[in-house]
Amino acid sequence: MTVTISEDLKAESKNLNFYYGALHSLKNVNLPIARRRVTALIGPSGCGKTTFLRCFNRMHDLYPHNRYEGEIIIYPEKLNIISPSVDPIEIRMQISMVFQKPNPFPKSIYENVAYGLRVRGVKKKGLIDEAVEKSLRGSALWDEVKDRLNNSAFDLSGGQQQRLCIARALATDPRILLFDEPTSALDPTATSKIEELIIELKNEVTIIIVTHNMQQAARVSDYTAFMYLGEIIEFDKTDKIFTAPSNKLTEEYITGRFG
Amino acid sequence: MSTVFEKELDALKEKVLKLGSLVEKAISDAVKSLVERNSTLAAETIDRDRILNTLDVEIDEDCIRLIALRQPRAGDLRLITTAMKITTDLERAGDLSVDIAERALELNEEPQLKPYIDIPRMAEIAQGMLRDSLDAFVKRDAALAKEVLTRDDMVDQLNYQVFNELLFFMIQDPRTVSRAVKITYVSKYLERIADHATNIAEMVVYLVEGKIIRHMLPDKI
Ligand SMILES: Nc1ncnc2c1ncn2[C@@H]1O[C@H](COP(=O)(O)OP(=O)(O)OP(=O)(O)O)[C@@H](O)[C@H]1O
Ligand SMILES: [Mg+2]
Repeated sequence: MTVTISEDLKAESKNLNFYYGALHSLKNVNLPIARRRVTALIGPSGCGKTTFLRCFNRMHDLYPHNRYEGEIIIYPEKLNIISPSVDPIEIRMQISMVFQKPNPFPKSIYENVAYGLRVRGVKKKGLIDEAVEKSLRGSALWDEVKDRLNNSAFDLSGGQQQRLCIARALATDPRILLFDEPTSALDPTATSKIEELIIELKNEVTIIIVTHNMQQAARVSDYTAFMYLGEIIEFDKTDKIFTAPSNKLTEEYITGRFG
Repeated sequence: MSTVFEKELDALKEKVLKLGSLVEKAISDAVKSLVERNSTLAAETIDRDRILNTLDVEIDEDCIRLIALRQPRAGDLRLITTAMKITTDLERAGDLSVDIAERALELNEEPQLKPYIDIPRMAEIAQGMLRDSLDAFVKRDAALAKEVLTRDDMVDQLNYQVFNELLFFMIQDPRTVSRAVKITYVSKYLERIADHATNIAEMVVYLVEGKIIRHMLPDKI
């Protein structure tokens, strides 16, 4: 399906196809991503949500048999980020991913956040200090860790570790943040902190989130795309999807009557 | 095979239907108590309103519980919110039946002013509107709900007709004023009941189509 929205776009996938070797796992995906909005991807396990997300930061390039077709255009540059001429490392600086399980590096809290800047070649301590504080504030973790920045990241609780990973993602000043089931390993309190954070962050960045929690998609997102078997079945404003979806499959999925 | 949740939704629909049938009976008994000058029946109708009120509260509680525990979405969400609103309209229609029965008690104390002809017709149409809008609710039948909407005009016209006729009585003979005013009230109550049935039918269209048609011009529906 092809859809249009009346807002500024930050990105857009156009006839995107993706293959894991012979497995055709994304099929002509056309999806607009509104600027500074949260777009949620929902759909049954194996439908291609993670695959789609990983196209955005070129994670698939790490394996030789993977193949893209079509385009993911980033605005305002109108750059096709899956074009082979675009450097995946540079893309990952601008489009960061937060995973299901918090995955801090075995380093200090400080170094976890500073990492992306060091990779970029930033050397000045003052600049790094500033970015670390800004990112930790941005991920609502600063007050909890400011007195122990040199402690190991593993000393933090799961929810704090996830916010640390968000800080790490924020440090390189990304334009798009990708979340792949960011709260599935967290308790309700940590979950609502992350959700609040996502809503805050959209003042600055464009967000795409994959979630299996329907209420979470409903709470945090502005737009929702329902995927099934590698295709976008329905895309619309989130309130429309959750009150009156147009497609029968979407209805069945979000009301828990699927399959 | 239906899930536990689906069974709960079916039970909710059943309760709304049950409330609907009690309201229908209340309307017909109230009007009957007037037409047949049966004050015992009027008193019974007034008394039975307690059952309606209990059921009204019960349905609301069921809906709130379902929203809290099941976090309904899409069609389920529309069903539950619609059930809540329909219940409010039904309960009001029940209250209006009590009002009719109270006027019947008063009117039955005095000589009959005139034979009741339009009042039972109004009651019949209003009851039919209620019955069909609830039928449309259970069957998710938007076409039937929209057809119900077209009947409201008939009731409005009858109400107007009753009023004019009674106005004529009052002008002719001031001693009829007290009775005539009470009968115009009954007519007005029936007209209000039809409005509640209209609200229900509008909610059914929302339930089925996800579109709120309240306050829309008829040609847009
Ligand atoms: N590295 C891989 N190599 C080969 N096939 C893969 C690979 N990763 C995923 N797939 C396949 O691609 C399809 C889409 O998988 P994907 O991980 O994108 O699903 P998903 O929607 O994220 O599911 P879940 O909700 O379970 O995370 C599935 O059929 C999956 O088996
Ligand atoms: Mg996944």
